[in-house]
Amino acid sequence: MTHTRERAVSRRGSGLVLRIVPPGLYSGRGGVIVERALVVNRRAWLAIVSGFFEPVLFLLSLGVGFGQLVSEVAGPGGQPLSYATFVAPALLAASAMNGAVYDATFNIFFKFKYARLYDAMLATPMGPLDIAIGEISWALLRGGLYSAAFLLVMLGMGLILSPWALLALPAALLVAFAFAAVGMAATTFMRSWQDFDLVQLAVLPMFLFSTTFFPLSVYPAGVRVVVQVTPLYQAVELLRGLTTGHVTWAALGNVAYFAVMAATGVVVAGRRLAGLLLK
Amino acid sequence: MTTVDLPLVRASGLTKHFGDFEAVRGIDVEVRRGEAFGFLGPNGAGKSSTMRMVACTSPRTGGDLRVLGMDPDVDGPRIRSRIGVVPQEDNLDTELTARQNLEVYGRYFGLSRAHVRSKAVELLDFAQLADRADHEVEPLSGGMKRRLTIARSLVNDPDLLLLDEPTTGLDPQARHLLWDRLFRLKQSGVTLIITTHYMDEAEQLCDRLVVMDGGRIAAEGSPQDLIARHSTREVLELRFAPGDQDAVVPVVTPLADRVEVLPDRLLLYTADGDGVLDAVHARGVRPLSSLVRRSSLEDVFLRLTGRTLVD
Repeated sequence: MTHTRERAVSRRGSGLVLRIVPPGLYSGRGGVIVERALVVNRRAWLAIVSGFFEPVLFLLSLGVGFGQLVSEVAGPGGQPLSYATFVAPALLAASAMNGAVYDATFNIFFKFKYARLYDAMLATPMGPLDIAIGEISWALLRGGLYSAAFLLVMLGMGLILSPWALLALPAALLVAFAFAAVGMAATTFMRSWQDFDLVQLAVLPMFLFSTTFFPLSVYPAGVRVVVQVTPLYQAVELLRGLTTGHVTWAALGNVAYFAVMAATGVVVAGRRLAGLLLK
Repeated sequence: MTTVDLPLVRASGLTKHFGDFEAVRGIDVEVRRGEAFGFLGPNGAGKSSTMRMVACTSPRTGGDLRVLGMDPDVDGPRIRSRIGVVPQEDNLDTELTARQNLEVYGRYFGLSRAHVRSKAVELLDFAQLADRADHEVEPLSGGMKRRLTIARSLVNDPDLLLLDEPTTGLDPQARHLLWDRLFRLKQSGVTLIITTHYMDEAEQLCDRLVVMDGGRIAAEGSPQDLIARHSTREVLELRFAPGDQDAVVPVVTPLADRVEVLPDRLLLYTADGDGVLDAVHARGVRPLSSLVRRSSLEDVFLRLTGRTLVD
């Protein structure tokens, strides 16, 4: 299921992309980059699997442990939820963000700057957009596996309250896609490893304050608006709505937010890569 | 699609600017099918910029360029699918083994998995790396990495192979092995374009070459042509103790067709090196050492630009 979803996303993305960028930048072969990643990671499954544990540990520590101290939290529609039920979908959103950002920044910066991998690829029929789409697809595929596993853990712990949760997986993928695309675009502006502190500066406050651990109602009205425009808040809203069964039309707004974010990221990343590599 | 007569590369008035810097200042070049063509020149002459434009990884600033009969600005991916590129610095995929490097690179060209699998075996053999096939590439020696990079550039059976300073930084043995492989490729009909700042490499490999300097072409022809046209048959090299050289220059200048003064020696250009050496001795000049040799492309370059190649 993750695979068809991913293909559908990239095909739709490429149709849009072909209208915006010259054909020389794209040859429809991004999938080979995913293939390369599979070959590279064939021997590194342990490293891949370790990525799954981070949100699960957070869930056990905060959701279950810390949750003992919190009786109930108001859910998306105002209904009372156990703390673990409240925090689990937010951790799913945060892990989609973290995984995608990590893949799209550190990994890509290394290949771009030090391994000169992309120079070698661009001597073949592949174009910069193939690289952007391929790398993002790989980040997505990996993130999708983590999300699916985490959703199963949630199901096992009784933290899923509605069949809407079936849509949580594609939603998490969309979130990851958007973060990966923007992360990759940001990476093309980075000059040294020091610049990655800025990534942390953007990601960590979002993780802590975008209603991951407490509801929006704790903020004064003025601050709420600031929180609400952050992408992680949008992701948490979307996923929390789906796993608790409180789905409103606002969810479509969340989806549109990430669609725009993803498309912008892909186009900027592809063009920046073209400018940097095809001098 | 292409006839035998059609040049594989044709550039006219080709230019490349990076901001204010003019790397290539209007060059005209034609490379014919089956030949080994060289760009000879010092670092910064515009060789690599030219190569990158031909490889369709760098858009030209001005002039006209046709590669395999197509325009790189329009048909970049189609051209790239039929050429092989060996860049100046090895950019092998360090996360993959030697074999995987070849297989995955073949997949970038859209070749089938079965095809790249058998192609990789063939190329590892060609590069004499069969016993290292499943090793990581990082620990390989410079010569091995270079051979693997060349093998990788052949994965799509290219019509045209671009080699940017293929042997820079290699020891003499590794260079000779590499030249042998390149010579075999040429024999099998692959058209080669080579940049180099080693005259011996150009003389060994190139049927025809251009001498580039400061983004322009200073001369064009076969190595023998260029030597015949721009230099004498022989060269007498004289070395002196530091400080003694300047006083000697006026004495020896009338003896040769032309004299080049290098920091560490004098070059006397003449048809008869031994005769001139006798004449030098007869005038009481006592160099530390002397050498009579045939003219080389280095001398052509020195004549045309007033500088040595590896400045």
